[in-house]
Amino acid sequence: MKQISNEFSGTFICLDKSNVDTDQIIPKQFLKSIKKTGFGDNLFDGWRYLDEGTIDQETSSRILNKDFIFNNKLFTDSNILVSGENFGCGSSREHAVWALKDFGIKTVIAESFADIFYNNCFKNGLLALCIKKSEISKIFENFNTSSAQSIEIDLINQVLYYGNSEFKFELDDYKKKCLLEGLDEIGASLKFTDQIKSFEKNYQIKNPWLFK
Amino acid sequence: MSSRTLYDKLWDSHHVAKRDDGSSLIYIDRHLIHEVTSPQAFDGLRERKIEPWRVDSIIATPDHNVPTENRAKGLKGISDSTSKLQVLTLEENVKKYDLNFFSLGDERQGIVHVIGPEQGLTLPGMTVVCGDSHTSTHGAFGALAMGIGTSEVEHVLATQCLIAYKQKNMRINIKGDLLERVSAKDVTMFIIGQIGTAGGTGFNIEYAGSTIENLSMEGRMTLCNMSIEAGARSGMVAPDQTTFDYIKGKPFAPSGDQFDKALDTWISLNSDQDAVFDKEYSFSSEQILPQVTWGTSPEMVSSIDEKVPEPRDFKNKENYEDALNYMGLKPGTKLTDISLDQIFIGSCTNSRIEDLRIAAEILKGNKLAGNIKRALVVPGSGLVKKQAEEEGLHEIFIDAGFSWRDAGCSMCLGMNPDQLNQEERCASTSNRNFEGRQGYKGRTHLVSPAMAAAAAIEGRFIDVREI
Repeated sequence: MKQISNEFSGTFICLDKSNVDTDQIIPKQFLKSIKKTGFGDNLFDGWRYLDEGTIDQETSSRILNKDFIFNNKLFTDSNILVSGENFGCGSSREHAVWALKDFGIKTVIAESFADIFYNNCFKNGLLALCIKKSEISKIFENFNTSSAQSIEIDLINQVLYYGNSEFKFELDDYKKKCLLEGLDEIGASLKFTDQIKSFEKNYQIKNPWLFK
Repeated sequence: MSSRTLYDKLWDSHHVAKRDDGSSLIYIDRHLIHEVTSPQAFDGLRERKIEPWRVDSIIATPDHNVPTENRAKGLKGISDSTSKLQVLTLEENVKKYDLNFFSLGDERQGIVHVIGPEQGLTLPGMTVVCGDSHTSTHGAFGALAMGIGTSEVEHVLATQCLIAYKQKNMRINIKGDLLERVSAKDVTMFIIGQIGTAGGTGFNIEYAGSTIENLSMEGRMTLCNMSIEAGARSGMVAPDQTTFDYIKGKPFAPSGDQFDKALDTWISLNSDQDAVFDKEYSFSSEQILPQVTWGTSPEMVSSIDEKVPEPRDFKNKENYEDALNYMGLKPGTKLTDISLDQIFIGSCTNSRIEDLRIAAEILKGNKLAGNIKRALVVPGSGLVKKQAEEEGLHEIFIDAGFSWRDAGCSMCLGMNPDQLNQEERCASTSNRNFEGRQGYKGRTHLVSPAMAAAAAIEGRFIDVREI
């Protein structure tokens, strides 16, 4: 039975590029913040504005790049981003995920993801899912900037509904559970405290030079 | 037990528990911490009211934000208030939890991936993590070393473990002697050109073969450093006599009986003869010429004798057109016809003493070309700087017209005052040529230290073997 997860579904933005790196998602000058929030206005800063961005600056006075899809009023409320292969490559900065989230993105759909970015997504309740190249191409081909379209996600059955198409996607049970239940990962790992301690004890006997 | 790769062995020896979902808790031996990716993790610990699990596994230093001038002023030398706050926050966390720390005034301060090995804090068989993707550097010692995000930093602080899924095994074999003045940097850039920036996604890469065995430890660090640019979170080289000789006598390395005991373990750290790899590549050293990137992804790379390619020759034509537009380059331009504005020698990829030696050897008795507006040499640590000064290398750089700086990440990522101006073109020994990475609208070409030095003299790219 179809079970649409409303929080991961909605209108989408296409960014038809491969190798979108985390330096583009959130440029280096914004990493000086010691918080996890407040990055949304600077998501894709280098592409979104025609002037150079600085931290703590009032964004309303900046010059928008009108050609960039994130500035199109029809799409500013989108909560899904669709992109090409190797999305999120490069720097491990979790700020990239915080920026997407802050902007309102709940789901990133790509042909493939870089490992660290992919992990970072699920630690923050962002759904990252891969579909086939041909399926991504279909979405790109039908995308137009004059009207927003929607994608529905059935997280439980791992199906993406786009127009009349249904695309299956892979997702391990744990990640799915994290998203659906907002699992506390550290809390869950601390349940292994006894095992970690006993491992550590044996390990230290075998490798005493690793402990000071 | 069936045959195992080096990665399999490291995975097994650190495996604490299997979780219901198929992921594992992997025990972490070394946790490197810097100012950018740690503040939110320490905040998280405080919210939970828990302490770091094992303080002696942690070493902290500021590197990303720090200016590379006026080091004597310490924190007061940081004029950007947000940068200063970040460094101060690190210092506060260090104090609160009594962590090992190399402060700005300490000669041992430097780029985390330089100081770990330099201090003997990185050892064979270890698991090493840091909230920085270039943690793969430490794999040069036969360690399992991975970059992690800030949530994972918090998780490791809290539990001494990382939640991980086992990666697949890839081996890259390279045989033969490298051509003259071709270095580990050219090897890694060549590999990325061959397998692509996503080629290693989902894999641990083991580098093997006579070319790799003949690399120094510093060369192996350069090689493993850029594994992440090939998509692999970790890359490694099996430890051998070169590794053991490098480690012996380092401040935090085991000594005496402990060293001998450790050595007994370390010598078993290699892939079994008949170990099976999920993917294997083989290259010959003769294929590898000095490399130069011309685009905005490390895979957009060519040998120095080539031209900027035509976007139409690639499957993602638009990406290549965007890259060339950004870089201000026309297809068909000879790489040797690209003239430069700035030179940067530094970063966790190429700021160690051997990098400075080869650059100085080429620069000796030469001057910067007239069109070079600025050239920086930024040693990877205070101790690298000291060593270079003892060898007189700083004089060669200064005489040539370079600015001789203090240790830090510097222009690799422009989080500090060292940045490119708009549309300035830089020959850089760093690791990423992404848009804006070295400064807003700056144009980065990745090269080896030798190639950067040669470019400094000529004002354009030139095959370093012709100098």
